[in-house]
Amino acid sequence: MRFVDEFRDADKAHALSARIAALCEPGRQYKLMEVCGGHTHTIYKHGLEDYLPESITLVHGPGCPVCVIPMGRVDDAIHLASQPDVIMTSFGDMMRVPGSNGAFFDANARGTTIKMVYSPLDSLKIAKANPGKRVVFMAIGFETTAPSTAMTVLRARAQGIENFSVFCNHVTIIPAIKAILDSPDLRLDGFIGPGHVSTVIGCRPYEFIARSYGKPVVVAGFEPLDILQSIYMLMLQLREGRSEVENQYSRVVPWDGNPVALKAIGETMELRPYFEWRGLGFISHSALKMREAYADFDAELLFEVPGVRVADPKACQCGEVLKGVLKPWECKVFGTACTPETPIGTCMVSPEGACAAYYNYGRLNRQRVPEAISIELSRP
Amino acid sequence: MTQQLASTPPPRPRRVLPPGEREQQVLDRIERARRRRPKLREERITMSHGAGGKATHTLIEAIFLDAFRNPLLEPLEDAARLQVGGATVALTTDSFVVSPLFFPGGNIGDLAVNGTVNDLAVAGATPMYLSAGFILEEGFPVADLTRIAESMRDAAAAAGVAVVTGDTKVVEKGKADGCYINTAGVGAVAAGVDLGVANARPGDKILVSGPIGDHGVTIMLARGELDIEADVESDTASLADLVAGLLGAVPGVRALRDATRGGVATILNEVAKAADVGVLISENAIPVRDQVRGAAELLGIDPLYVACEGRLVAVVDGDQAAQALAALRAHPLGAQAAIIGEVTAEPVGLVTIKTTFGGTRIVDLLVGDPLPRIC
Repeated sequence: MRFVDEFRDADKAHALSARIAALCEPGRQYKLMEVCGGHTHTIYKHGLEDYLPESITLVHGPGCPVCVIPMGRVDDAIHLASQPDVIMTSFGDMMRVPGSNGAFFDANARGTTIKMVYSPLDSLKIAKANPGKRVVFMAIGFETTAPSTAMTVLRARAQGIENFSVFCNHVTIIPAIKAILDSPDLRLDGFIGPGHVSTVIGCRPYEFIARSYGKPVVVAGFEPLDILQSIYMLMLQLREGRSEVENQYSRVVPWDGNPVALKAIGETMELRPYFEWRGLGFISHSALKMREAYADFDAELLFEVPGVRVADPKACQCGEVLKGVLKPWECKVFGTACTPETPIGTCMVSPEGACAAYYNYGRLNRQRVPEAISIELSRP
Repeated sequence: MTQQLASTPPPRPRRVLPPGEREQQVLDRIERARRRRPKLREERITMSHGAGGKATHTLIEAIFLDAFRNPLLEPLEDAARLQVGGATVALTTDSFVVSPLFFPGGNIGDLAVNGTVNDLAVAGATPMYLSAGFILEEGFPVADLTRIAESMRDAAAAAGVAVVTGDTKVVEKGKADGCYINTAGVGAVAAGVDLGVANARPGDKILVSGPIGDHGVTIMLARGELDIEADVESDTASLADLVAGLLGAVPGVRALRDATRGGVATILNEVAKAADVGVLISENAIPVRDQVRGAAELLGIDPLYVACEGRLVAVVDGDQAAQALAALRAHPLGAQAAIIGEVTAEPVGLVTIKTTFGGTRIVDLLVGDPLPRIC
């Protein structure tokens, strides 16, 4: 299939792998963080670690939009969905994220109507088809999904749709990266920058990482060869003693981002003074809320939101995993009390969460898997 | 007192394990946890319990197997094999609640016949007689019901079975979604045929009878919620003839399954678990239509978990794999059959895949339906 197979070519991967190995200095250990959950997913889904020398460790970062939603916000959302005549709409991955009393799926079993949508715009269709109902979109995600929420609000206003609102949980990536850089228990050598976020915000916002913290950043695409090439570019920078922001994903990411998308976000949303991140705690100016001019679409003003605060379960070490201090399997409850069937922490829920990706794809002693498969390709 | 103190053993020095060994310890602990009898924790049924993944397995084992336990039910195969008056008979049942009722390549009527016929066929039985139960919603158009019944008639004729008994119920508007159908079927099992996933052993090969995921992707697109159009139709078809050809030509067939809800991945996991073996497949070898791959890529789901309604997975003695492939390809429904992997001694209970990219990963059971990803 075009535009996919080219980026999964095993021969090119072998060649890159050899060049990466050649850049490793003997005796040195490298820790590279892939910020984005989409990258984590690709790394495990394609078995990319098989191509890396043992001296390179990939640390899975905080860029999984589902993983960073605190339990209290899930409870708040279920509270909203439980109000009379409310239909809540949500992205699919949110459906299984546990609050303190179950996830959206469980809430539906108790009587709420929380529908899965593929685009926020689908919420408007539902609002139009159900004039007697109040449709609330559970908006989550980084700058990647914020523009589509913004466009939906703009369209709702243009079309005069009054029974639609947004429960805004959009977060921004830069403060999270900064929090990680400032975290004392962490030593990273470089960052694989989030590709999809960068299609919106561009590459400039990362320059402080290279300049002030001296860490190289390579904005990467989501196919396995994209990531392998980005690792090569990071290793080359480290070898040559450079720390710059480079763009591996130039086929999609413009250096200055997408001005139309940024304008739509700026028009409808503004920064919150602070927001709670699961595992990372409160981070100032790290999330978005609806602007006052769009208060009529702000579910937090239209409804009473209890503002539930739930402490993360004690046993859960999502925070350490999100910061890359622990590998998923080093968490005390990983795979026993916390599994994709009964997740305790959100890292186990979304397929992009580091724990779920490791549990679903990587929970494997590679020495026990036969080196090669002994079937001949028989595809007709 | 002093004596007691003296007998207290000195604190054991904590052995610090190297990371590889520590990881293996964790993996072993997880495997033990996975082998424990599943516990149903939910207080109410959620949609995940109907998706064919882990949640469904847990529900079946915790509620139904617990209540009905008997040696015929316990293997949890697609059909039960019974001794009736000296003959071996296979019995199965299946309910159909698909939405939309009509979709490219078929409708709920074809599905209801083919689904039950296929559950019999993959048990090694010759499908013979079907029952059909209808639950209809008040207001359902008679013209639609006629179309559905005609499709069932045609599908039954094609599969060589007869619908010999039935039942009809009507419920108030809003209590059902148009039309639900349950079918049950019986078939005759020839002497000496004993298929079952527990028969798999290292060295066996795994085959699929054609491109996977067509039905599931067709249904997702037919719901019209995705605004994606693709030239793909349901693969709903009777496998009875294909299976008869395969079993006639290849004595070393160990197990057959039709890859419905949960897709090929779910079946392979059942093989690995039931036979205490590993299953290793090659992503390159798995036939998937470009349209299906494309739609699955867009949605962030894996075709290995997407339902088929006219595809089977076969576990065959390794020495007879080429023969089995030829037998499948000799039939129009198996023209694109392929050998996709093999049964290995290790790692026990796990399905692993060599990716096109050249890496290795696990193919686990899903919890519920595959959920589309955000970005």
